[in-house]
This record gives sequence, C-alpha cells and structure tokens, in this order.
Amino acid sequence: MSLWAWVVLASAVAFGTKLVGYLVPATLLDDPRMLRTANAVTIGLLSALVVMNTAAAGQGLLLDARLGAVVAAAVALALRAPFLVVVITGAVAAAGLRLLGFP
Amino acid sequence: MTRLGRHPAFRTGASVAVATGLYGISFGALGAAAGLGVWQTIALSALMFTGGSQFAFVGVLAGGGGGAAATGAAGLLGVRNAVYGIQMNAMMRPGPALKPLAAHLTIDESAATSMAQTDPHGRRIGFWTAGAGVWILWVAFTVIGAVAGDLMGDPKAWGLDGAAAAAMLGLLWPRLKTGDAWALAAVTALVTTITLPMLPAGIPILVAGAVAGLWGWFGPGGRNGRAPENGHEAGPVDGRPVPREATP
Repeated sequence: MSLWAWVVLASAVAFGTKLVGYLVPATLLDDPRMLRTANAVTIGLLSALVVMNTAAAGQGLLLDARLGAVVAAAVALALRAPFLVVVITGAVAAAGLRLLGFP
Repeated sequence: MTRLGRHPAFRTGASVAVATGLYGISFGALGAAAGLGVWQTIALSALMFTGGSQFAFVGVLAGGGGGAAATGAAGLLGVRNAVYGIQMNAMMRPGPALKPLAAHLTIDESAATSMAQTDPHGRRIGFWTAGAGVWILWVAFTVIGAVAGDLMGDPKAWGLDGAAAAAMLGLLWPRLKTGDAWALAAVTALVTTITLPMLPAGIPILVAGAVAGLWGWFGPGGRNGRAPENGHEAGPVDGRPVPREATP
C-alpha cells in the first residue's frame, strides 16, 4: 500500500473511533475498568513512543544525540515549560550535541 | 455574536485554540522530517485531527516502521477519543446530522474545554469553539511547519529527531500523575527496549500497547475504586493543562 493509502486509512480509523463514541450507549462508561484500560493504553503507547523515538534505529537500538534531547526535554518538563518549549529544547539539544561531534 | 463572544466558554475555547494551534508547526516539521510529503502531513492534520495519533503515526514512520504499524499505533492512541465521544454525546445531545461533525472535532482540547463548563449552553459553546478553532489553526500552522520543514534539508542537523523524542515525552508527561502511571510507563518502556531489536520495526509499540491494556484491565490501577481521569486536564494535541482563567 502506498503511504497515501495509509494516511487515508489511519485518518478513517481515527474518525470512526470518534464517531463510535457518539453512537454507543453512555452506560459503557459506568464500568471504571473501561476508562482505566483506555488510560493505561494511552500511557503505554506514549511511553513506547518515547523509547522508540529516542533509541530506535530500524530494527535495533542506537544511543545518540536523541538521548540528550530527551534528558533536556525532561528537565524542561520538570520546570513546567509549555509543550512547544519542550519540543524546541529537544531540537536544540540534539542539534547542539551533533555540533559537538556526537552521532 | 457579541453575546457569544462574551461567554466565558467562548473565551476559554479561543485561547485553547490559539495555544494548541501554534504547535501545529512542530507537527508539520516532524511530518516532513519523517518522510511524509507536505500534502500528506497536512492531510493528517485535517483528516485524522487528533494530535497524539498524528505524532504517533509520523513517529513510527521516522523510527523505520511501516504504514501498517503506524496506522495501528495511531488507531490505538485514538481510542480515548471514543471515550470523549460518549461523554460529549451525553452532555450535548447533538442531532443525527451534527454527530459526524461533532465526532471529527472531538479531541482532548474540545472535550476538556466543554467539560470545564458548568451549564449546558456553555458546554456546547466551549466544545464547538475549541473544536473548530483548534482545527482551523492546527491545520494552518501544520502547513507552515510542513513547508518550512521541507525546505530545511537534513532534519538531523536541525535536531528534529531530538524534537520528535521530546514531543513524545511532552505528550506522556502530563499523564504521569500517579505512582501506578509511572510504573506502567517504566514497564512499557522496558518492554519496548527489549523487543526493539527482536521484532520488526513498529511492532514493539503495539506489544507495549497490549501490555498496557492488560495492565489497565487486570491491574491494581483502581485501588481507590475510581478510574483515573482520562486526560480531562491535559491532552495529546497539546499535553498541557487547559487554561483555567476563564473557568468558573
């Protein structure tokens, strides 16, 4: 499948998921397990994405300037920086480390 | 219009839209860096329109994963929007013709803005103002970011791969409010690290998602008998709390 096809399919999935919420009975939310599971999946996926975007290199691990970017971002987040500042901090840290000769 | 403009829910929605829309720039730039074309990046913002899933989609591609894995990760991350949909539907009772439009605009920010209001009228104003406002600005700033990112050349020299990792952490951070959340994040990070060299690119994230699902379903997360608030205060398009100044 072409990348365009995946873009459209993934968008359709996202829209369908939203629409399902408007069509199912509200009593589904009476089960706290459902909310807990949805919340846990969100955390698990985001955590995996942090690792993947920090250390993945195809099928394998590679530690490079991205690790410094994540550490810098964590410091910014601990200092309650807004999201955009966190992202820019990550970029500056990675670019700076590369200027210093890190891979 | 003057009456609408004076409603506190309108002002909250508008400020949320500006704050959130702005970093459509970062999504646009990361999309271009991940190898998506300018139009594909813009299409994701206009059609998928849920920031966490969009970042996940380009994040999997940037990490070497394929379209199927990217779609799987984005789809799973969007599951919480169904939860918002149930809540918005119960609060606003939109007619059948409005439901598809309301569904498309259902994201962390519109749901949070709406739920922060105390009256039914304000909930509707908050939802539609934040939803439509974020959509317009998010798409507009994605265009700027995608075009700029496309012109920048080697994304690594600009640290854009570092920016992507930072963005993921920024999305995760506001959800780490409890010890249980930290433990879950640590376990899934470990699972991802271990499986990355063993499984095809893009699959480890789905394994982590499955582990997290089992954790949520069977785990002790509800010790106090109450489900954690699912992003009512912070969300993945922005990962920041919704401004509270206009909240009664």
